[in-house]
Amino acid sequence: MATSATTPQMARPQGRASFLSRAFSADSLARVVAFSAATCILVITALLVYELWSHSAISRAQFGLKFLHTSTWDPVHDDFGALPFIYGTVMTAFLGLLIAVPFGVGAAIFLAELAPPKLSDAMTFLIELLAAVPSVIFGLIGILVLVPLLSKVVPPIRDAFQGHPPVFFSGSFIGVSILSAGVVLSVMVAPYIISVSREVLLAVPRDLREAALALGATRWETTWQVVVPFARRGIMGSVFLALARALGETMAVTMVVGNTPRISASILAPGDSMASVIASQFSEAIGNLYPSALIELGLVLFGITIILNGAARLLIIATGGNAAK
Amino acid sequence: MNLSFHRKAVNAVMLCLTGVCTAVAVGLLFFILGYLFVQGGFSLNLDFFTKLPAPVGEMGGGMANALIGSAKVLLLATCIGVPIGFLAGIYLAEYAGGAYASIIRFVTDLLNGVPSIIIGIFVYTMVIANGGGFSTYAGGLALSIMMIPIALRSTEEFLRSVPGSLREGAMALGATKSRTIASVVVPAAIRGLISGMMLNLARVAGETAPLLFTAYGNQFWSPGWKQPTATLPAMVYAYAVSPYPDWHRQAWAAGFVLLTMVLLINVTARTIVSSGFSHKQK
Amino acid sequence: MLKKFSAALAAVAMVALGAAGQTLINAGGATFPYPMYSKWFNDYKAKTGVAVNYQSKGSGFGVAQITAGTVDFGASDMPLTDMQLKDFSAKRGMEVLHFPTVLGADVPTYNVPGVTATLNFTPDALAGIYLGKITKWNDPELTKANPSVKLPAKDITVVHRAEGSGTTFIWVDYLSKISKEWEMKVGRGASVNWPAGLGGQGNEGVAGTIKNTENSIGYVELIYAIQNKMPYGNVKNANGEFVQASLASVTAAAAGAAKTMPEDFRVSITNAPGKGVYPISSFTWLLIPEKISDPAKKKAITDFLGWMLKDGQTMTAPLSYAPLPKEVIAKETKAIAKIK
Repeated sequence: MATSATTPQMARPQGRASFLSRAFSADSLARVVAFSAATCILVITALLVYELWSHSAISRAQFGLKFLHTSTWDPVHDDFGALPFIYGTVMTAFLGLLIAVPFGVGAAIFLAELAPPKLSDAMTFLIELLAAVPSVIFGLIGILVLVPLLSKVVPPIRDAFQGHPPVFFSGSFIGVSILSAGVVLSVMVAPYIISVSREVLLAVPRDLREAALALGATRWETTWQVVVPFARRGIMGSVFLALARALGETMAVTMVVGNTPRISASILAPGDSMASVIASQFSEAIGNLYPSALIELGLVLFGITIILNGAARLLIIATGGNAAK
Repeated sequence: MNLSFHRKAVNAVMLCLTGVCTAVAVGLLFFILGYLFVQGGFSLNLDFFTKLPAPVGEMGGGMANALIGSAKVLLLATCIGVPIGFLAGIYLAEYAGGAYASIIRFVTDLLNGVPSIIIGIFVYTMVIANGGGFSTYAGGLALSIMMIPIALRSTEEFLRSVPGSLREGAMALGATKSRTIASVVVPAAIRGLISGMMLNLARVAGETAPLLFTAYGNQFWSPGWKQPTATLPAMVYAYAVSPYPDWHRQAWAAGFVLLTMVLLINVTARTIVSSGFSHKQK
Repeated sequence: MLKKFSAALAAVAMVALGAAGQTLINAGGATFPYPMYSKWFNDYKAKTGVAVNYQSKGSGFGVAQITAGTVDFGASDMPLTDMQLKDFSAKRGMEVLHFPTVLGADVPTYNVPGVTATLNFTPDALAGIYLGKITKWNDPELTKANPSVKLPAKDITVVHRAEGSGTTFIWVDYLSKISKEWEMKVGRGASVNWPAGLGGQGNEGVAGTIKNTENSIGYVELIYAIQNKMPYGNVKNANGEFVQASLASVTAAAAGAAKTMPEDFRVSITNAPGKGVYPISSFTWLLIPEKISDPAKKKAITDFLGWMLKDGQTMTAPLSYAPLPKEVIAKETKAIAKIK
């Protein structure tokens, strides 16, 4: 019971305590403190954007929009272009999703439709633990296990085309490559797809399934032609989430992608991504234009993050559903 | 009859495939854990936890300084990031509404989605290049920025899951809003809040990129907070990309320790939530 | 009870978290001399208690971070260019001093099935290969230097370093000297815009790629080649001899330069004149600011330099590094006084 000078929110109009004691009351203070904490986040983000903007000024002034479509990366002559890294980021993420989405949705279907509830919960628990594995561990296994393994497995597959492999699977393969990065990314983003897709699939009303089965559809037909389309938007949301994770992934990619600022048609060739090149070259960037160009890359990456976030939000609003995690 | 057989066959095959997909997904986790254990577990001895790294080419040594360094950096990150995120979460759940809240939520999601390397650059240009030099506190600062959005979201989510009736009851008894929050709402959500904090910690404990240009590295003990320090994830990275086989062996060991710690925290956090009062809203 | 407990906890925390007392120097840079530096700094700490925290992040890091002032000293296989020196003065308000520590070399290593002999490479051959102009192993430039070896009519796969490195700098510095075209088109740096070839990560990445790719050629550090028992070719030096890299031929390269060593020690000894000289050799330097404000750090660094020039030089041979010539050591010892 409040009997001190601080009065409850729903105070009686007369006999209120003085303005000062109300202003500094625990209640108002608490609100102010909470408000400041929330505003803190705005301040930090604003500072972040400011730093990225101001430190990339030299590079932006030098290259302008050309930066986004030039593919030279020449530290000796101070000529920089972002295209190889934009390409690498997109290719590795695309490859990662290409592998992860079928596997992920497939696993989600199994966990949502087929597995008994306890087993489904247990397996989902384990798969969500996979999402908790740090990126550097994926990189460690990538560089010391996956890359040597692919070095043995991929050349025979490529050679099986007897001298005429498809252009995206051609050329020399030294292990570190866009392909390796794509495979590592697929493992890293699959848990997100599985977890969220499973939830949206579980949320589909039973009536729909039962109606389809009553009409004579097989389990698979019910799932594929009725349930999944109904949950389509939520699954798309999970793909967006996975994409966002894949685009920003740094350590695992930088350890297996080959760190080569070149655009190649073949996924067997080494490449580089924006986050990866920043991580590997930033601390060794000598001069003023070089680090500025790398920070401008960071700005581009940040911009892509904003766009993706915005698009995901719009998708969620369009579905009117819950936010995908 | 053929049509029916064809449909039945497709049914069987596709459902099998989905089972295979799941088995692969689950199997991967065990593979990773198992491989790390086999490669690194046997390299783990008391030395790993008590000794400093040996010079290149010499066998032995350990990562004691990296373990302490990680602990220091994470401690600082938690002390800065969790309170801010927690209080901000309270603000969004209990006080705010409308446009401002939406703005904060959007910006938080944005900050959450920023690649961690960019946060590392941010701290580098603001703190280190400005005369601070590589330091433990800069590393802690970078990690705290990563903890804030997660702390905010999980706090808001768990506070929102507390039924409104509890709040109204407290207020009907005459409690102020802040009193209600402190004595009724937060304790009701405490399991979720602690679990959220642990998951946050586990996520940030494995982060390497923000530490590369902030905490730097150190083959010796790092005194105080203003000097660079070795951290476990950074050591895993440096040793894994090095050309020395002995360092690779140590990278496995360090990776195993890191992964075990992260998974233990994760499992504990999830058990806390599922075993008790859990209103896991999506 | 609680008070005692918290006091005890505070004491433990203080010890664990460390009260800043000992001298800790932060440094970083070149990876090539890292095994040597790692041993030096470890022994030095055991001897004097001064801890030098050296992180092997690459020559570019050494130059970039000493210029930014985030480390107490840097290390690099490439000396700062005039422009980089100007940049340093502009940013730090003083000059930076170079102190050579040991010698190193790059060797051309290759994998040509059927060829077991040690191949001879002329400067034009190496430049042509790396410019992408010499594309086959049986090119006249290669066959005339190796008359007794049957070179196949296969394509050459060129391998270089993917990331920035001092090893690359030594190689492209040499190419710039012996090929005008290279100097104009590509130039010198830790990281260049390669006209041709595949990138490998680190010495071991390049070595691994060469092992796995037939008819390939690449460059690695001499010490790396020795330790991993890799075949490497002879290179024609300025004197017209085909010389294989060895501690002796690398020391010979430095000896010639020792007499004409400039005051600031910024010298390139690639393609050095003289008999028995291996042409792709180089010094590696510590980059130390001329003014160190912290007296404890200044003393620690100057003492270390003195130790490195005396005791440190005796420790190089077991790790396959070539020590500095006597004249250079003498000049350096005098130059330590420049650090204020």
